[in-house]
Amino acid sequence: MNLILFTFIVLLGFTSYYFGRKKAYTIQSTKKRLTALPQFYGYYLAIWCAIPAFIIFSLWAIFEPTIVKLLILSDYSNQGYLDDELNLIYEKTKALSRGQFTGEITPFIEASAEKYLSLRSIAQSSKVVIVLSIIIASVAYAYKRISSNSRTREPVEKFLNAVLFTASLAAILTTVGIVFSLIFQTIDFFKVIPLFDFVFGTHWYPAKAFVRDSSEALDPTMYSDTFGAVPIFAGTFFIAFIAMCVAIPIGLMSGIYLAEYASTKVRQYAKPLIEILAGIPTVVYGFFAALTVGPFLKELGTSMGLEVSAESALAAGGVMGIMIIPFISSLSDDVITSVPQSLRDGSYAMGATKSETIKRVIFPAALPGIVGSILLGVSRAIGETMIVVMASGLAANLTLNPLESTSTITAQIVVILIGDQAFGDPKTQAAFALGMSLFLVTLCLNIVALKVVKKYREKYE
Amino acid sequence: MIKIKAKDVDVFYGKKQALFNISLDIEENQVTALIGPSGCGKSTFLRCLNRMNDVIDICSVKGEILINDFNINDKGCDVVRLREKIGMVFQKPNPFPKTLYENVSYGPTIHGIAQSKQEMDEIVETSLKKAALWEEVKDRLHEPGTGLSGGQQQRLCIARAISVRPEVILMDEPCSALDPIATAQIEELIDELKKEHTIIIVTHSMAQAARVSQNTGFFHLGQLIEHGSTDKIFKNPDNKKTQDYITGRFG
Repeated sequence: MNLILFTFIVLLGFTSYYFGRKKAYTIQSTKKRLTALPQFYGYYLAIWCAIPAFIIFSLWAIFEPTIVKLLILSDYSNQGYLDDELNLIYEKTKALSRGQFTGEITPFIEASAEKYLSLRSIAQSSKVVIVLSIIIASVAYAYKRISSNSRTREPVEKFLNAVLFTASLAAILTTVGIVFSLIFQTIDFFKVIPLFDFVFGTHWYPAKAFVRDSSEALDPTMYSDTFGAVPIFAGTFFIAFIAMCVAIPIGLMSGIYLAEYASTKVRQYAKPLIEILAGIPTVVYGFFAALTVGPFLKELGTSMGLEVSAESALAAGGVMGIMIIPFISSLSDDVITSVPQSLRDGSYAMGATKSETIKRVIFPAALPGIVGSILLGVSRAIGETMIVVMASGLAANLTLNPLESTSTITAQIVVILIGDQAFGDPKTQAAFALGMSLFLVTLCLNIVALKVVKKYREKYE
Repeated sequence: MIKIKAKDVDVFYGKKQALFNISLDIEENQVTALIGPSGCGKSTFLRCLNRMNDVIDICSVKGEILINDFNINDKGCDVVRLREKIGMVFQKPNPFPKTLYENVSYGPTIHGIAQSKQEMDEIVETSLKKAALWEEVKDRLHEPGTGLSGGQQQRLCIARAISVRPEVILMDEPCSALDPIATAQIEELIDELKKEHTIIIVTHSMAQAARVSQNTGFFHLGQLIEHGSTDKIFKNPDNKKTQDYITGRFG
């Protein structure tokens, strides 16, 4: 029903656009000059159709359920029910009206359900009537108002401005909301677990928190050696470090090759091919690391007499590095390409070779941009989840041996939040605390990276 | 004495021919000006002389260019050595984003000319002095070269070019981005430099060509229309096109 109504309103919008434009053309044909192009008159009417429709729909969505509930429950007032019981009755009524009620059906509930249905249908039809009449009235009003010198361009532009503003506001508000939910949960977490234990504790063993029966009272002392985040922070940076050891040399060198050495033809094919790497889903990288690279390294290690864990940090970090190569190569390629040709010419004209020119002139000039691209790569490495979850261990060992398994912040968040959660439990909140720290680290890295990149841009433009 | 002898030089950008059969002799220790309307190929010809056209993928050069009787278009020609002998100054000042000192010491470093720090200091000082920049910058040799004014930057680029003591200096409209005062300084400098170097300058300013050069070549649509002593070209040209261009009737 709502869908039909909606379609109808959209059609109405198109019709009013058409009529608005037509009226403008009619005015134009009387040799009067319009204040705006005829389309603007059309858009103007369409807006007069859209805004009232939107307002009424939202008001209805907000108030209809409340009013219906009030009307239903008014039958039960003065009978001494508690609020909770009233809510239960209302839920039962709704369930029965949908035919999903399984309990014992009392005549009272049955009557309420019938009343509920009739109220809903009244609401529905009155909505249709009200929406349509208001739209038609408003469009008709606007239609009458438009004349050769009425202002239509400005309201249309303002409307577009408002729509675009709302869209960006939605994006910003969502981000702010996420950050706040992180902050509040994190604060709750630190009410139970001291900040000091979290930041400096060397023992991470959240499984211990599973043992608690949720009906028991919280006893902070039992978590004293559970949420020490040092091992997973160390693991995170360690794996990111391994990843960057792979990604920086390969990415940078391929970036330099693409920008300076490759012929136009090679570049035309090689660049998209490298960028395909960036399009591979991380979960694919994950099982590549877990099922191919991990066992391969283990066998290789065994043949050399080394003990290698099947879920070694090396496998996860290495594959993560491969994933980051295209970021670094593509960004540094862009940065190097944007070094002005005049600097290259100046160097070549002095008799410098290609490699000398790159080493002495182009690389220093492009350095800030390259540093920026590396920092962005690092922040990706730290935030990467899937590869670590699949290929690295889930037990948080404090180790600097790349052949052992270790765990990262992201992997631990996954471990904690997989399965059923109890909200308000320190175990669940630990995930938020970890997420918060991860967010802070990558935020700082991104800010620094963007600053560096921006500074570089100012230099040449 | 003839320093450079170009014989039947053709240049192509892809399939498009940019220069047709250019034959031109350049006199040693004199200034030769190349003039002509935009797109006539004078800069392209200049870039042939130190093989800067190699940098452009689609560009190909045919014909002989003899410098000291050695054909630089030969396969055996070492471009690095060639460019050590033939310096170049560009239209837009292009100092490297390094310090003044590093800008000037760049050439001597990559060609291994200086044996010691002291020797390098001397090269930097003489080059800057010859470029008439020393007095202005001697106290800030370790500041970035990009911080100088346009005219100073261009003189820095000249200092950079002469730091390896090239026999020839190519100048591609060296004053087109500069104000009249800076231009006058550079022109004075060119006059000074011709004692030790052979100079070829591309310019759009007829007055500049007349002021600084002894010989002039007039290019039009990829052809060398006329060349000879500057006096003759400006006062009594053989070709009507040259006459028209010089008197400002076209171009």
